[in-house]
Amino acid sequence: MRMVRFIREGGKAMYLPDFNYYCPHSVQEACAILADLGAGAKVLAGGTDLLIKMKHELVVPKALVSLKNIRSLADIGYVEGKGLILGARCTHNDLVNSTLLHQRYLSVAEAAHQMANNQIRNIGTVGGNLVNAVPSADLPPILIALGAQVTLVGPGGERTLPLEQFFTGPGQTVIAHDEILTEVVIPDQSTTGSTYIKFGLRRSGALAVVGVAAAVTVVERVIREARIVLGAVAPTPIRAREAEERLVGNAVSTELLEEAGIRAATACKPISDIRASAEYRRDLVRVLTKRSLRRAIEQGHV
Amino acid sequence: MPEKIRFTVNGDVVEMAVEHHQRLLDVLREDLALTGAKEGCGGGECGACTVLMDNEPVNACLVLAVEADGREIITIEGLARENCLDPLQEAFIEHAALQCGFCTPGMILSAKALLLRNPNPTEAEVKEALSGNLCRCTGYKSIVDAVLAAAEKQS
Repeated sequence: MRMVRFIREGGKAMYLPDFNYYCPHSVQEACAILADLGAGAKVLAGGTDLLIKMKHELVVPKALVSLKNIRSLADIGYVEGKGLILGARCTHNDLVNSTLLHQRYLSVAEAAHQMANNQIRNIGTVGGNLVNAVPSADLPPILIALGAQVTLVGPGGERTLPLEQFFTGPGQTVIAHDEILTEVVIPDQSTTGSTYIKFGLRRSGALAVVGVAAAVTVVERVIREARIVLGAVAPTPIRAREAEERLVGNAVSTELLEEAGIRAATACKPISDIRASAEYRRDLVRVLTKRSLRRAIEQGHV
Repeated sequence: MPEKIRFTVNGDVVEMAVEHHQRLLDVLREDLALTGAKEGCGGGECGACTVLMDNEPVNACLVLAVEADGREIITIEGLARENCLDPLQEAFIEHAALQCGFCTPGMILSAKALLLRNPNPTEAEVKEALSGNLCRCTGYKSIVDAVLAAAEKQS
């Protein structure tokens, strides 16, 4: 880690390099500012990742465009025929406390609850968690498992794409520098259960060593549909399609879930780092795939 | 260019000019002389800079001062009323729930937010609420005991 620069300017301590600050009242206005300022401008949502990067000068924006005054981005709502909508500026704790999520997808609220610690959950946003594109992020796996779509708004209009196609690498996504991720939509669906299981080295404030989300449609003990998404074992969250294919059309059994676990473990591409070895991560994928499937099958959206 | 902000700090409306690069923690400590919130890690891990923003705990080291415009901030200095300590402060003293004291303001504010939301927490809920606050003197047991005692006394 780089040394943190500490400078004094006019007798006042500076912990962050200086920048211009804008707080527009609409998404259109924000996009126009971003387009105008070019790549030196960054979007500020919660700031829990961005401020740390700025402090270490990994990112040195000329300007920050704050989403603070764009109230419409902080709503959680349900629109008939569209699905459940999470505004990008909702904090993780907004998700944790959302009645709508508790009624429909408790699994998403529970995943949000596993991110960092209470203080960070009060500030860190859904949009930030996605746009930062950290491979171990907790929200992407469960949202991809539930088939979530994201809306990106830019100066030229808006586009919607599956969250699954949003990530392109660690810290990399398809978003353009003048686009803003405005909402996440969890479409109406027939899934009967979903869950996210995270393994971190501590219960609080730890990144996922491995995170596995599963969403299933089970009718009379037969799996009709299955989506398994693995976090922290590839440059982006990935679907374990071979495992999903093994499940569909078959009756639930311990052997079947074990086989799915093995297939998921084979498909993932983990690295060794300070938190765990690749071998350990791979075996965790096997175990957590099995467990998350079991939980989604037996307990619904939890 | 300084930016004018207006926010509430410990019940007082404060209007002031802040620099864009100033964090809420910098403004509280250096401009308002409220040095209860401490800078520990400066990265949202340790919780020593915890303050309440609209009654919820946040890391003041990760909030820009300009972003606190319009919000209500409570620091440890805002808990005692007319020489009367908050029940949590009393309980921390009674249970010797501090050694060096560096983490204490943050611990108490995280606990305060919990009790505002949930006046009768279980031990597990207290531990969860304090999990973003690190104590390197390892005094967690007395801290949890103090929070539970304060809750009991208030109810």
